Amino acid sequence: MEYTILILLLPLLSFILTGLLGTRLKPVAAGTFGTVVTGIVAALSYWTAFSYFSAGRNAEGVFPTIIPWNTEWLPFNSNLQIDLGILLDPISVMMLVVISTVSFMVHIYSFGYMKGETGFQRYYSFLSLFTMSMLGLVVATNIFQMYIFWELVGVSSYLLIGFYYTKKEAIAASKKAFIVTRFADLGFLIGILIYGFYTGSFSFTPDSAVIGSAKVFLPIALGLMFVGGAGKSAMFPLHIWLPDAMEGPTPVSALIHAATMVVAGVYLVARMFPLFIGYAPEVLHVTAYVGAFTALYAAIVACVQSDIKRVLAFSTISQIGFMIVALGVCTSSDPHEGGLGYMASMFHLFTHAMFKALLFLGAGCIIHAVHSNEMSAMGGLRKYMPVTHVTFLIACLAIAGIWPLSGFFSKDEILAACFGFSPVMGWVMTFIAGLTAFYMFRLYYGIFWGKENKELHAEHTPHEAPLTMTIPLMFLAAVTLAAGWIPFGEFVSSNGQAYHIHIDIKVAAVSLCVAAAGIAIATWMYMREDRKVADGLATRFSGLHKAAYHRFYIDEIYQFITHRIIFACISTPIAWFDRHVVDGFMNMLAWISNRISWAIKGMQSGYVQRYGIWFLGGALGIAIVLLLI
Amino acid sequence: MVHMEYYLIVSTIMMFVGIYGFLTRRNLLAMLISVELILNSVDINFVVFNRFLFPGQLEGFFFALFAIGISAAETAVAIAIIINIYRNMRNIQVKNLDKMKW
Amino acid sequence: MNITLDLIVFAVLALFIIVSSVMAVTTRRILRAATYLLFVLIGTAGIYFQLNYSFLGAVQLLVYAGGITVLYVFSILLTSSEGDQAEKLKKGKFAAGLTATLAALGICLFVMLKHKFLNPVFEHGELPVKEIGFALMSPEKYGYVLPFEVISVLLLACIIGGILIARKR
Repeated sequence: MEYTILILLLPLLSFILTGLLGTRLKPVAAGTFGTVVTGIVAALSYWTAFSYFSAGRNAEGVFPTIIPWNTEWLPFNSNLQIDLGILLDPISVMMLVVISTVSFMVHIYSFGYMKGETGFQRYYSFLSLFTMSMLGLVVATNIFQMYIFWELVGVSSYLLIGFYYTKKEAIAASKKAFIVTRFADLGFLIGILIYGFYTGSFSFTPDSAVIGSAKVFLPIALGLMFVGGAGKSAMFPLHIWLPDAMEGPTPVSALIHAATMVVAGVYLVARMFPLFIGYAPEVLHVTAYVGAFTALYAAIVACVQSDIKRVLAFSTISQIGFMIVALGVCTSSDPHEGGLGYMASMFHLFTHAMFKALLFLGAGCIIHAVHSNEMSAMGGLRKYMPVTHVTFLIACLAIAGIWPLSGFFSKDEILAACFGFSPVMGWVMTFIAGLTAFYMFRLYYGIFWGKENKELHAEHTPHEAPLTMTIPLMFLAAVTLAAGWIPFGEFVSSNGQAYHIHIDIKVAAVSLCVAAAGIAIATWMYMREDRKVADGLATRFSGLHKAAYHRFYIDEIYQFITHRIIFACISTPIAWFDRHVVDGFMNMLAWISNRISWAIKGMQSGYVQRYGIWFLGGALGIAIVLLLI
Repeated sequence: MVHMEYYLIVSTIMMFVGIYGFLTRRNLLAMLISVELILNSVDINFVVFNRFLFPGQLEGFFFALFAIGISAAETAVAIAIIINIYRNMRNIQVKNLDKMKW
Repeated sequence: MNITLDLIVFAVLALFIIVSSVMAVTTRRILRAATYLLFVLIGTAGIYFQLNYSFLGAVQLLVYAGGITVLYVFSILLTSSEGDQAEKLKKGKFAAGLTATLAALGICLFVMLKHKFLNPVFEHGELPVKEIGFALMSPEKYGYVLPFEVISVLLLACIIGGILIARKR
C-alpha cells in the first residue's frame, strides 16, 4: 500500500504549484487543478479504506496496524528517533475518508462561493496545504510527526482565517486563533517532551516495560497533551478563537473549523487512548468533565447568537464537547465493559464532520444569497432556496438526533456511554442534546421561516446557489442520511474487536423525546412571524440573555487578563527593563568604545615611522616584562 | 679564533642602526636602505649561529641564502612602488604618505 | 686573549661595517647613503668569507652588492627631487628615535651577552660547493628543492609585479 504516500504528496504538489505560480495561473486553472488533485486524493483514500478493511482482521480479531511507508528522519540516539511515515489503522483510515471527502466537497463548493474573489489561486493553494497537513496529521506514525503536522494545520488555519487580509476583523481573528492554539500547543509540546524523555520514544505504543518506570509522569504528559488538543478542539476555556475564526471564508469554516481541524484534539485523545485508559484514566475523566462543561456552555451561548456562522461555531464547540465526553467516560478498553465511548466518539466525529460541513456549506449558500451573516437579514428563505432548505433541514435533524439520520445513531451511542459512566453525566448530556435540537431549529426557523426581511429581499432577491455549490450539499446530505446505517462498530472500536452496535431502547427513547421537545419548543417560539414568546423570554431574563449573547464575557475576561494584568503588570516593566537597562548597558558600551576610539584616533596618524616607534616601544615593553619575570 | 659574541654584537649594532634609520629618515629610499641593513644583520646572525653552534648542518646557511634572494625580490617590488609614488606625487617623502589612516 | 690575525681582520671588518652603517643612516645625501650601504654589504661579505662560507660571500657580493645596490642607485637617480637632501631632523623625533633605538639595543645586547649558548666551536675548513649543490637540489630530508622552487616562483612574480607597478600607463 505504498501508494498511500501519494495521499500526502499530491496536495503538497498542488500547494507548491498553485502557490508558486500564483496569479500567473488562471483562477479556473488553479481551482480545477486543486479540485482534481483533491478528487484523486479522495479516490485514493477510499481505495485505501476499502483495501484496508477488506484485507480483514488478523488472528486476534483486530485490524492490523500497517505502516506502509516510513523513513527515519531525525535519529537522536539509538533509542530516540523521529520518524516520518504513514500509519494505517481503523481510525486513521476513517479520518482519511472524512478529510478527503469534506475537502473534496469544499473544493468543488469553493468554485461557486469564491468566484471572482481576488486571491482565488492563493485560496486554493492554502486549501491544498491544509489538506496535506491534516492528512499528514492523521496518518502520523509517531507523536512528533503528529505535532509537526499539527502546527502546519495551525498555520494553514491561520492563513485561511486571515484570507481577507484587508479586513481588520479577519486579521484579528487569525491572530487570535494562531496565538490561542499556539499557546495550547506549548502544553502539547511539553507533554511530548516529557513523554519522549521518560518513555524513550515518540511512538504511540511504547514498550510496556519502559512505561513501568514512567508511570508517575505519564499522566502529566498525557494531561499536557490534552491541553494542546483542547486548544485545537476549542475546549473551554481555550474556545475563544473558534467563533472569531468565522471571519474566514465559509467553505474554510466548513472544512477546518467544523469538520476536520477542530476534531484534531479528539483524534489526539483517541490516538493516545490505550495510554490514557491504561495509565491515566483519571486524566481521561477530567477531559470528560471539561468536554461536558464546554458542551453545555457552548450550547447555551448558541441559543442566543444572531450571526448564523457563530451559532454554527458554538454548535461545533458543543458537539466536539460531546466527542470528548464520549472518550472521557471510557473506563476500560473493552467496548462491552465501559469502552463504548471510544467507538461512539469516533462515530460522532464521522457523522458530525458530514452534517456540520453540510450546515456550514448551507450557511455559505445563504450568506451568498443575502450577503449578510445576521439572522435579521434572513427569514422566509425557504421559497427562494429549495435545495439549500431541504439539505439544511436534513442536517438540522441529524444534529438534533432524529431517527433515522446519522446524528441519531452516534449521539445515541454517546449518551449510552455517558449513562454507563454515571447517570448525572448521562442526564446532563441528554439535556445538552435537547438544547442542541432547540438552537439548531431556532437557527433553521430564523433562516427559512419566521419574518421575512422584505425591504432587503426586495432590493436584492435571494436566489438559489449555483450547481457547484448545491452538488456538494446534496452529496453531503445523502451521506448524512445514510451514514447512520454504517456498521461503524465493525470497523472502529476501543480494543479493535468487532463491536455490533445495538440501540439502547431506553436511551434512544429518552434522547428522541428530548430532541423532539427541543424542536417543538423552537417551533413554537420561532416558526411564526411574530416572536412574542422568544422576545418575552429575552426581556424577562435580560441579564442572562445579554450574558449569553456576550458569550458570558469570556473574551472580555481574556482581554482583561492579557491587557490589564499581563501586559500592564508584567510586560510593561519587562519592556522598560529591556529598553533602559539592557539596551542602556549596551548603548553605554557602544558609547564608551566610541569615545575611546575618538580619543585614540590620533595615534592612527598614517605615518609609517610613528607606527614603527610604537611597534618598537611595544616590543621593548614585552621584552622588559619577559626579562623581569 | 674570534668569539661568536663579537659577531653578534656587530650584527646587533647594525640592526639597531637600521632601525634608527627606519624611524628617522624621511626619504622612502633611505628607509628602504635601512631595511636592507636590518635584513643583512639578520643574515649574519643566521650564518654565525650555523657556523658556531651547528657546524654539521646547513639550515642557517640556506636561510641566509634564501633571505638574500627574497630581499632582492622585496627590493625590486618596493622600488617599483616607490617609483610609482614618485610619478604621482613628484617626490618620495614619507611625510606626504598619510592617506592610509582611519 | 691573544691577538691573532683572525681577530685583527675581524676588528677591521667590524669597524668598517659599523661606521659604514652609521654613516648610511645619518648622511644627508641619499646617493651617499646608498654607497655606504654598498660598503656595509661588502663588509658583510667579508665576514662570510672569514667564516669560511665563500659561496655565501660570493652570493652576497653578486646579488646584494652587485645587483641590489645598482637598483638603488638607478631608482635614486630616477626619483631625485628637491627634497632629496634631508632637512634637519626635528629634535623631538630624533630624540625619540635615538632613545628607543638605544634602549632596545641595550636590552638586546644585555640579553645576548647574558645568554649561555651551546658550546660554540669553530672549525676551519671550507664548505664544499658540491655539498651545497646537493642539499639545494635534494628533495629528501635536509634538502631544499621546495624552497628553492618557491623562491624562483616568487622572483618571477616579483619581476612581473615590479613591471606592472612601475610601467608607464
